[in-house]
Amino acid sequence: MNQMAALVDPMVPAPFRIERVKKELSDTFTLDLVPAERKRSISFLPGQFNMLYVFGVGEIPISISGDPGVGDKIVHTTRAVGNVTNAMWKMGVGQTIGVRGPFGTAWPVEEAEGSDVVIVTGGIGLAPLRPAIYQILANRQAYGNVCIMYGARTPEDILFRKELEKWRGQFDMQVDVTVDHATGRWGGKVGVVTKLIGRGGFDPHHTVAFVCGPEVMMRYAVDTLVERGVSEKDIHVSLERNMKCGIGFCGHCQLGGDFVCKDGPVFPFDAVADRFVIQEL
Amino acid sequence: MVQDMGLDKLIRDHPFFEGMDDEALELIAGCAANERFDAGQYVFREGQPADKFYMVRHGSVALEVRAPGRDSIVLQTCDDGDVMGWSWIVPPFRWKWDARATRLSRLVSFDAICLRGKLDADPALGYAMYKRFVRVIAERLAHARLQMIDLYGIGKE
Ligand SMILES: Cc1cc2nc3c(=O)[nH]c(=O)nc-3n(C[C@H](O)[C@H](O)[C@H](O)COP(=O)(O)OP(=O)(O)OC[C@H]3O[C@@H](n4cnc5c(N)ncnc54)[C@H](O)[C@@H]3O)c2cc1C
Ligand code: FES
Repeated sequence: MNQMAALVDPMVPAPFRIERVKKELSDTFTLDLVPAERKRSISFLPGQFNMLYVFGVGEIPISISGDPGVGDKIVHTTRAVGNVTNAMWKMGVGQTIGVRGPFGTAWPVEEAEGSDVVIVTGGIGLAPLRPAIYQILANRQAYGNVCIMYGARTPEDILFRKELEKWRGQFDMQVDVTVDHATGRWGGKVGVVTKLIGRGGFDPHHTVAFVCGPEVMMRYAVDTLVERGVSEKDIHVSLERNMKCGIGFCGHCQLGGDFVCKDGPVFPFDAVADRFVIQEL
Repeated sequence: MVQDMGLDKLIRDHPFFEGMDDEALELIAGCAANERFDAGQYVFREGQPADKFYMVRHGSVALEVRAPGRDSIVLQTCDDGDVMGWSWIVPPFRWKWDARATRLSRLVSFDAICLRGKLDADPALGYAMYKRFVRVIAERLAHARLQMIDLYGIGKE
């Protein structure tokens, strides 16, 4: 457990003040949170999540989407899909949110040094991967080719579009974006994100892949990566299960013999392959 | 007869033709030509005779359906390396959609009339080609299904 979690009781939410709200898409928003009581430095690893508590409504796991190199705030990007996320969507600057964490395993960003890195993601799945991308970019020369393959439902649903454009313009990584549905006004690619994998400029035998998105998308993405020759042990996926405690006590997020909150959410694919396709474990 | 050594090599190196013998490749290359389309230019239009199929060298071609009174709907784009079009092997040999270059695109076209004759006359070659197209069609079908299931939806709309 890292520094921030060690300082506090992991079951007691710390109050954080909303410093900034950014509307990203019609149903997706980013909150910048700062400690409400006393200033302290915040550290986390890319891929970890916090339990966010909307007082009087409920508590949910949300991945951290900010830059791990920036230690004075935490950033979360959330899609409003239900009770708690909709309540959060209505909150404004200055309001308080409870935070427990950071929890869970991280993308193996440092272990990937010396290899090509392939990031395959779709929809809101780009948010939990953004900290990994920041960390890779901060140490770009340590990696081989870096490819980001991102899929969204329509051009209007492309998350962090400006940043994707900026990364594409930097010439030191391949950024490919595709959408499932579009009209003739869209000048980019149309088709499933897995199609991008077949054409990606990476050496499958020296590649570490990070995959995050809806589970169906991840299954097909992993299949295609394996078909291209990437080993299952070098493919990492981030899984989602309903959570309560977030720290391995309650069993709510159990997946076979693992707890997604403690043993995950990021798993090497070979560790979860047998459970990946089985619904409702 | 091989029209263009560059073209011959391109065909030989393309994964679609992997495993084909030299004689077959030479026959196929004999039906091939380079074509260039500017952004916005149509490669083919719905209803026209499907007398070619294509391989995208560089660029992007949108397969789209025209819808009166609204913007056209793009079904998919064919990008670098993609093989495009199979209406040439399915009667009545007419294109089902429009294909429009979304940027400057260089394609290799294969003359279907020339090819159909060769495939009919040589069943082994016909089988080898059909096998490859079935793979492309199956992949497109799988992708179309994934596009259809609204992967990124919230699951209960
Ligand atoms: C480790 C982990 C990290 C996560 N990171 C993020 C993140 O960074 N950003 C983010 O937006 N979400 C993230 N989630 C998902 C998030 O926790 C859920 O969307 C949230 O718990 C929903 O709570 P709710 O009360 O708003 O919805 P509920 O009222 O519980 O659900 C309402 C309905 O919304 C739908 N729904 C619920 N969850 C999801 C979902 N994840 N995807 C699609 N539909 C859903 C279901 O149909 C459900 O019946 C993460 C989940 C986990 C386990
Ligand atoms: S949420 Fe309680 S064990 Fe994972």
